[in-house]
Amino acid sequence: MMNFTNKFLVPVAALVIFCLLWEFLVWVNDWPNYVMASPSDLGPSFWKFRWLFLEYGWDTLWRTVAGLLLAIAFGVVVGMIMGFSRTMRDALYPLLVGFNAIPKATVVPVVALLLVGQHDLNTVLLAFMISFFPITVSISIGLSTLEPEYRDILASLGASRMTIFRKIALPKTLPEFFGALKVAVTLAFIGTNLMEIVEPHGRGLGHLFDSGKISADYPLMFAVLIALAIMGIGLYYVVVVLEKIFAGWAERDAT
Amino acid sequence: MSSDALIRISDVKHTFHTNAGPLPVLDGLNVEIEKGGFTAVVGPSGCGKSTLTRLIAGLLFPDEGDVILNGEQVRSPRSTVGMAFQNPVLLEWRTILDNVCLPLEIVPNDLTRKQRDARGYELLAMVGLEGFEDKKPSELSGGMRQRASLCRALAHRPEVLILDEPFGALDAFTREDLWQIMHELRHAEAFTCLLITHDLRESVFLADQVVVLSGRPAKTQYVLDVPFGRDRVLDDLFTAEATEMLRDLRHQIQVAQGRTVEETESAA
Repeated sequence: MMNFTNKFLVPVAALVIFCLLWEFLVWVNDWPNYVMASPSDLGPSFWKFRWLFLEYGWDTLWRTVAGLLLAIAFGVVVGMIMGFSRTMRDALYPLLVGFNAIPKATVVPVVALLLVGQHDLNTVLLAFMISFFPITVSISIGLSTLEPEYRDILASLGASRMTIFRKIALPKTLPEFFGALKVAVTLAFIGTNLMEIVEPHGRGLGHLFDSGKISADYPLMFAVLIALAIMGIGLYYVVVVLEKIFAGWAERDAT
Repeated sequence: MSSDALIRISDVKHTFHTNAGPLPVLDGLNVEIEKGGFTAVVGPSGCGKSTLTRLIAGLLFPDEGDVILNGEQVRSPRSTVGMAFQNPVLLEWRTILDNVCLPLEIVPNDLTRKQRDARGYELLAMVGLEGFEDKKPSELSGGMRQRASLCRALAHRPEVLILDEPFGALDAFTREDLWQIMHELRHAEAFTCLLITHDLRESVFLADQVVVLSGRPAKTQYVLDVPFGRDRVLDDLFTAEATEMLRDLRHQIQVAQGRTVEETESAA
């Protein structure tokens, strides 16, 4: 019962209080909805464009997830290379940090020109580019900081590097990996929407946001933002569930 | 003794190549352990004791000299070795039983899952951990984790057990409990043991032979034969004989440390 209160009621209560405060702020300042839409404006907006929200929301969601999967694959492979080889770590860190420091909004036109017309691919690529960094770093650090004794207990029995990776290094890195994945999930949404808004091509929530802007439908713009937030929260909790399944052992009971 | 030695380390020389230049760690190391024997190695900090364990485990090869196990030069790791360290390095995501059985997943054998588990249960019962098989390592105390780590080192019935200061981080009373457990394990299991330690009382209580290494680069400085039989009780440590041995070892350690001091001073 306590668990249900903590896990469900507390966050929902926080959300309700947040919306009430928001509504109150708009009401007390008497802001028109083109300055700041209030939560009560959002319902009608969602209802009016409900089919577009479903369709475009799906576009944004699958592109984000595809970008994330790409980021995981790339991040794990590069992280492994960097985790196991000091030389590769020294070689690749400046490159990765440099690439990550580039504002991704500036990459949008470059990618759009490079792969003209490949809107799905472009969007997935941007979600990937913005989210692979934390995954790569977490895997690389997880592997390179593995205490030598962990390796030695298996190496002294003649186990191969692959066995050591599978039995020890990989599971030991999982908690850090999931921590990074939580960061990557929210980043990936930013990537997807950046491409959808800056290079609109008629699909995705980013496009819906853009249409709202063009037609001066401010409540619609806010509704898109909220839809994105809800999807972000949803995907975040998917990661939390996966973490519980695969790395639940790392969680200590509060005592 | 030399004819039936299981482990023979003769005239081993080894140098690490660090960024600060070559660092000779071993030079003129000689250790012989007969089958079923228990040898403790003591010496000043950083004198290369852990390097010695890695040489025997086949994780490292000497620049010069021989490391011979069972009449054969050690050229690779072998599954007849079990290791335990100061850090118990239990895998947090596995139960205690699965931690103990880990070597049986690596070492080739034709045991069924059930037989492996039975081996785990048997060992855990021997060290007083029955009932903890399904617990996670984080639920155990430091001493209990170290007991489980000993069980893991022995799971595949190794010929050689290498212990690198396994009791170093434990409190004095827990350590004495584990000394007793080591004796019990030695009764039940057939292994030849090399123990690295900083604790002279531990070396005298557990080993048949105590080897004192000099300061870095380490050579064999002194070998003490412990005349106690296999059945020992803690009270043996409070006899005049034991006191004499401890005094002797303590003197040798001081000599070993003195050599390092002189060398650093002459180098500076």
